[in-house]
Order: sequence, then C-alpha cells, then structure tokens
Amino acid sequence: MILDSKIPEGYSLAEVWDNHKFNVKLVNPANKRKYDIIVVGTGLAGASAAATFGELGYNVKAFCFQDSPRRAHSIAAQGGINAAKNYQNDGDSVFRLFYDTIKGGDYRSREANVYRLAQVSVNIIDQCVAQGVPFARDYGGLLANRSFGGAQVSRTFYARGQTGQQLLLGAYSALNRQIAYGKVKMYPRTEMLDLVVVDGKARGIVVRNLITGKVESHSAHAVVLATGGYGNVFFLSTNAMGSNATAGWRAHKKGALFANPCFTQIHPTCIPVSGGYQSKLTLMSESLRNDGRVWVPKTVEIAQRLRKGEITVNDIPEGDRDYYLERKYPAFGNLVPRDVASRNAKLVCDEGRGVGSSGLAVYLDFADAIKRDGQPAIAAKYGNLFEMYQKITDENPYERPMRIYPAVHYTMGGLWVDYNLMTTVPGLYAAGECNFSDHGANRLGASALMQGLADGYFVLPYTIGDYLAKMPYDKVPTDHPAFVEAEQSVKDMTDRLLSIKGKRTVDDFHKELGQIMWDYCGMARNAEGLAFAKQAIRKLREEFWKDVKVTGVNEELNQTLEKAHRVADFLELGELMVTDALHREESCGGHFREEYQTPENEALRDDENFAYVAAWEFTGVNGEPKLHKEELKFENVKLTQRSYK
Amino acid sequence: MDLTLRVWRQKDRNAAGALVTYPVKGISPDMSFLEMLDVLNEDLLIRGEEPIAFDHDCREGICGMCSLFINGRAHGPEKGTTTCQLHMRHFKDGDTITIEPWRAAAFPVHKDLVVDRSAFDRIQQAGGYISVNTGGVPDANAIPIPKSVADKAFDAATCIQCGACVAACKNASAMLFVSAKVSQLALLPQGKTERKTRVENMVAQMDKEGFGACTNTGACAAECPVGISLENINMLRSEYILAKATSENL
Repeated sequence: MILDSKIPEGYSLAEVWDNHKFNVKLVNPANKRKYDIIVVGTGLAGASAAATFGELGYNVKAFCFQDSPRRAHSIAAQGGINAAKNYQNDGDSVFRLFYDTIKGGDYRSREANVYRLAQVSVNIIDQCVAQGVPFARDYGGLLANRSFGGAQVSRTFYARGQTGQQLLLGAYSALNRQIAYGKVKMYPRTEMLDLVVVDGKARGIVVRNLITGKVESHSAHAVVLATGGYGNVFFLSTNAMGSNATAGWRAHKKGALFANPCFTQIHPTCIPVSGGYQSKLTLMSESLRNDGRVWVPKTVEIAQRLRKGEITVNDIPEGDRDYYLERKYPAFGNLVPRDVASRNAKLVCDEGRGVGSSGLAVYLDFADAIKRDGQPAIAAKYGNLFEMYQKITDENPYERPMRIYPAVHYTMGGLWVDYNLMTTVPGLYAAGECNFSDHGANRLGASALMQGLADGYFVLPYTIGDYLAKMPYDKVPTDHPAFVEAEQSVKDMTDRLLSIKGKRTVDDFHKELGQIMWDYCGMARNAEGLAFAKQAIRKLREEFWKDVKVTGVNEELNQTLEKAHRVADFLELGELMVTDALHREESCGGHFREEYQTPENEALRDDENFAYVAAWEFTGVNGEPKLHKEELKFENVKLTQRSYK
Repeated sequence: MDLTLRVWRQKDRNAAGALVTYPVKGISPDMSFLEMLDVLNEDLLIRGEEPIAFDHDCREGICGMCSLFINGRAHGPEKGTTTCQLHMRHFKDGDTITIEPWRAAAFPVHKDLVVDRSAFDRIQQAGGYISVNTGGVPDANAIPIPKSVADKAFDAATCIQCGACVAACKNASAMLFVSAKVSQLALLPQGKTERKTRVENMVAQMDKEGFGACTNTGACAAECPVGISLENINMLRSEYILAKATSENL
C-alpha cells in the first residue's frame, strides 16, 4: 500500500487549498438529496460537519453515545480558539499561525494541511459570531484576544474559561436547525460498534441502542468519524468518562490505518491526583499561564519540609523559589508549549523538588498578578477556573498558589487521512481529534477547537462532495451480507463479554492498563520499558478475556457492558501505542524517548530517519501491525531544533 | 467515613421503582459524590449485583449530563455545584443520604437514576438558533456589541441543560431553561431578526412537552448549578408578550 496524501502538486503553499476547492467535483443541489452521509460523534467536528452537510442538502444521520449531542467533550475545552485575524495588530498572519503550529508540532505534520487550517481559522470566528457565540469583548464592543503557549502574538479568542462550551453550543444550534428541517436525523444514546465495508468502500455502520440494547444497521454513501481522541487508554485523563476509541479502532480493524498512535499530549496544568478512587483528572486551562508563575522550591530540603507540613508555601521566601520555566526559557517563560512545560514539571519532581503530599505537583502562583492587576481583574479572567479548583481541592487559589501536575489531555495521533480527510478506506472520513492530521507531535493550546471546526465547517463540506459526485445513488440495503455479518460480530462480542462471568471488574482492568501506559508510555519512554509494557498489555488482555465480570444482559441499559466494549478496544490500542513509541527512535514533541535528548534535556529529533508519519495496518489481534510510511516534505519552513529560550 | 445510602432503583421506564438501602464504608472526604457511587458500584459488581445506573460524563461540571436529587435537592446541598463537582467533605460520618432521579412528567425514568431529557433538545430544535448557513457571514468585528450586552448574553448562554431547574420546581416548569436561550439570542444583534418566532415556537414546544407552568417561586434559579438568573424569565415574558402582540408567526 502506498500512502498518497493527495496534496495537489504544482501550487505554492498559499494557493493549494483555493485551487483544490476549484478542482474538486461538485454535486449539484438537486442531486445532493440523493446522498446519505453518516456522522458519528457530535463534538465540534461532528456537529459542525453534520449541520453543514444538512445545509448543503445531503441527508444526514448523526450519532452520539451521550443523551444529547451537546454533551460531547468539546464542551469542556476551556481556554480558547486560535485564529489569524491579527485584530491586535501585533504581527500575526496566516503564515505565522501556520509556522507556529508546524514548529509547535515539532515538524511532524503536513505543511499543506496546517496551512489550510490557518487559512480557514479566520472564517471560523466569523461563523461563530454570526451564530450568536458570546465571545469576550473589549469596551469598544470588538472582540478580545489573549495569548497562549507556543506563540508570541495574541490570537486566541475566548469566552471566559468556557470557550469549548460556547463553540459547541453554536454548532449544536446549527445542528438543531437542520434536525428541525428534517435534513439531519439525530440518534443520541447510540454507540457505533462496527464499520460496514462493501466492495472496499465504507457503506454504513452497526450501532447499539444504549437504552434497549438493540443492534441496528445504518447504510449511507459515506461515513464520517468525529469521535474524538483516545486519551482514556490511560484511565486517568482529562477526557470525559465516556470518551472512547471504539469507533475509530473498529474502523482500523476494517482497514483504516492508524497514524502516529504514540503522539499523546500530556497537559502541564491539571489538578494533581488525590487518591486511588480518582476517576478522572481536571484540567486548569493553559490560559492561566498568562498570569500564573510556575515554581518549585530551590532545594530538595525545603520541598521535603513542605511535604511534611513543617512549613507552608507562604513561608518560602522569594529567594528560595525556582521559577524554572522563566529561568530556562526567558523568551517564552511560562508560555512554553505544553510538552516542554510538562517535561520540566516531571524533571523537577523527579529531582525531589515537587510539592503537595505526593511530591507530584508544582506551584502555579498568582500572587504577583493579583498584586499587579487586583483580585477583581484576575477573577474576571479566570473566576470559574479558580472556583473549580477550590471545589475540588478545598484550597483558595487567591490566597495560596495552585498545585498542578501534568495529565493526559489530547491525542495527536489518530486515523490516517489524506488532504481530503479521507482514511485509507474509501468513503470513510475522520475529522477533529479522531484524525492525526494537523498537530504533528504536539498540539498548541487553543488549536484543537480550531481544527475541529475547520474540518467540520470548511474542509469536509468541500472534499466529501468530490467523493460523492463519483458515487452511484444506489443505497446498499441493510440486509446485505456485509451488514448481517457485522451485526453478528457485534452480537458475538457482546455475548462473549457477558458469558465470561469472571472475577475482575472492567474498571479494574482499565486502571491496570492505565498504570502501565502512564509508567512506560507517558511523559518519558525508553526501549526497555516499552518492551516490557508490550508484554504486560498482552498478558492483561489475555486475562481480560478470561476473567472479566460483566453483569446484566444486552437488552437493557447496561453501563458495565458499554464500558467492557470500550476497554476491550483500549487493550488493543494501548499495545499499538507502545509499538509505535518503541519504533520511533527519536524524541519529538510529546514523544520523549530518554535515549534521545540534548544535553539540556530537550527532545532530540532525528529528521534524517524519522521525518515521516507512521501509519499502522491491522494484521490481527495478536499479530504485529504493519508499518507504512508517509514521508513529510518541508519546503516552506526550515527544520530546526525547537528553541523557546 | 461510613454512610447509609437510600437509592432509587427502577428496572426500566415501565417498571415500578423503590428506594433500596446500601451501606458504604471508608469514604474519603476528598472523593466526589460520583466517585463515592463508583466505589459502591464496584462493590455491587464484585458481589454479582447489578450496579446503579446514573448519567455522568465530563465530571467537570460543564457537560450537564449528571443529575441526581440528593436529600431533596437538585445536585445536592452545595450552591452553584453540579453533582460531579460535589465532594464528600460536605457530608458527615454516619449520614444517611437519599438519592433519587430528576422527578418530572416530561423526564421519564430510563433506569434507576437515568432520565430521558430529550424534551430539552426538542425545545432547542423549535427555535434555539440563529438561521445562518456556514459561510457567507460578515466579518466577526463588523458589528460591535457593547461589552455589557455581550457579558449578559454570555451569562445566559452558560446554561448546561442539566434539568435541575425542572427538578427543583414544584410545577416541573422549564421556564428558566427556555428563558436562558431566548435571552441570549434576543440580546445579541445577530439574534434579533428571529426573536419573535423564536420565543413563540420555543414556548409552544415547552408546553407540548408537558412541563408545568411557572409560578415565580424562584426555586429554579436557587438550585441552578451555573447561576442562571431569574431575570431571564422576566426577559422571556416580555419577549413573549411582544411577539404575541405583533406576531410574525403566521
């Protein structure tokens, strides 16, 4: 198989997308109603795609596992959305957003995709404002911006600390309008459990109704997966409890290659773990690093006295504090990219200078900002985040610094897609976090919202028409053998899970998998640990299929069974992540191999041997996946060692 | 700490339900309420009993999926807090805690503590949007919006659609929920074009779904976890009167 990114050749970077839009085939308005499109997932990418397809005239079926499309986890994104509007007159441009994103991703993403993302970013803001998204504004009534990690301009649009919520509600309202018009049929509380491929093309999905347990088939001319990331492989992450990889993973087993699975983002500012009962981790928006200063005690001795409770944080004089990000990276200071901030937090904690009872935390201190701007100004910017912190920790961040620690937050890897966002299965598209396309080895803050809405509003509506225009109108009936077979395999898997009646709960397995992933495939990785993890996951997976305990029956609302399906997939995906991390013998972005680092402990890339996308082909559950490489060409940026000093 | 839970168990929409008592032991005050239920569910699973079904997803207080009527209060005793953000430090060792689903005719029970809130989605579909297609919109800064107006619209827009307002209301009225969306869009210049048809259609759908009438008790706003203000209900009323007086919904 040769991976063809299908980037139109012969154009300058700035002309690629415009020319592509002109060259793609169109479906005339009267014929659009003859095509059916399935969209799985209703976050920013899925809801915006489904709504826009409906507006164009296609017949859309949209699916989500939550009780309403508005609950998708995009809703929890806090800080903001980037766009190259240059409203602040501070030197921003489409090229600068493109450049920052390529560099922030440590040169492991496609130039043409990222440039297109930067181009359409400006349209997204216009669209959202027209929908009634209440972005923050200045007193003159125009839109306000804030700065974010990995950039030296203010290009982030925001709605207090709830930007994801407001953007998703905008997309949800557009979706609702199409549901009311009858162009979109919405299926909430419905989970996709298999992809149906007929004559090599994606022609539908098999779903389970989560209320009745009924397994049903849906046929269409194209299928879009917008099902988010796979951070929950780690059990503890900032993802929602229900976020899962099942749709994408089952598509992978049906032929869609999975790209760069080891590229996971560990977000530097999360509330630290407090106990073994912990079910998830909570993010504190990166925007806090605009005003908060990150520090730990200068010496191990002070940190030890602090952890023992002999002194409190406010007893530590200024001279005994190490503002390590400002010290090491004077140009970017506390606003270095996420991977750099996370790794440095781990470094100081590994040195024994961490704080909190576990020693796995660093301070994020607002004392100086409060002194400078006053408490009301800080509350206006971050009030809801401070409240959330206090609710969880019972500590007042206005009076003492927040304790933070990195946590799994986002996955840059995902289904491999070409420039049209089509996977290696014709007719199957992947959008948003579900695909691998735009963030390379590290995503910059406020870029996930941008990518989700870019894919859904402004990319897929063009590229999907190019595919559909070549498709016959005929529908594949759901009694076609491919549907019958897929339904049967879903039912068989459910029966198998219910019949084991073992002794260990699904969560128990999930927690053990998460611990293996965090210890060996987390912020720092090495060959020995990864090799061990691979065997440990295989063993755990074997045990899962012998000893898992799933109660109840299929024909009911059965949350244990839902989870069992998802964890069964995590147990396979986890191994692929480890395999990918083991094969990539370099460090880049969020993938830090201890064997490959500079003398200053920065990630050491190997552009000669690893400037490619690693796309893996499924060969069987216990088989070795097959590696396909898509070489990355850099014609508009110079590959350099990233420096934020 | 050790607690006694009385939990509503109901097999499905048509079955009769009942409160069942469960003791739970060794609960940490730093646990969230839902983590406490996770602990109980793991115990039930190990014993081969069916775990308690409840809705939850983000566990950050923003998705609106979690619910629970705890000791007679929507989302429990803490003001401005969803159940997922409620921590056990607000309870005492030895407490008995009663946990029920949202109770409203328009929110039928699916199972145990899980209810059907799709009526809310249908109200949103009746008019909770501005009719713009993707593309072809003016520049985002083309229409300045006074900061005070934008902030007010934002406050209304933060509704998480959890349904606590309905559960807290003795009439199971959805007025606070509907008013939040009506206000947000009526305040913004982009939403003014459709303000009359929007309020008429959303209110009509609200009535059709079987929610009760509003008698201004204010229980909804008192229990709202994100602080949606009663002012929105005032605005809904004036929008509704204006719309009816000069109806465009022919």
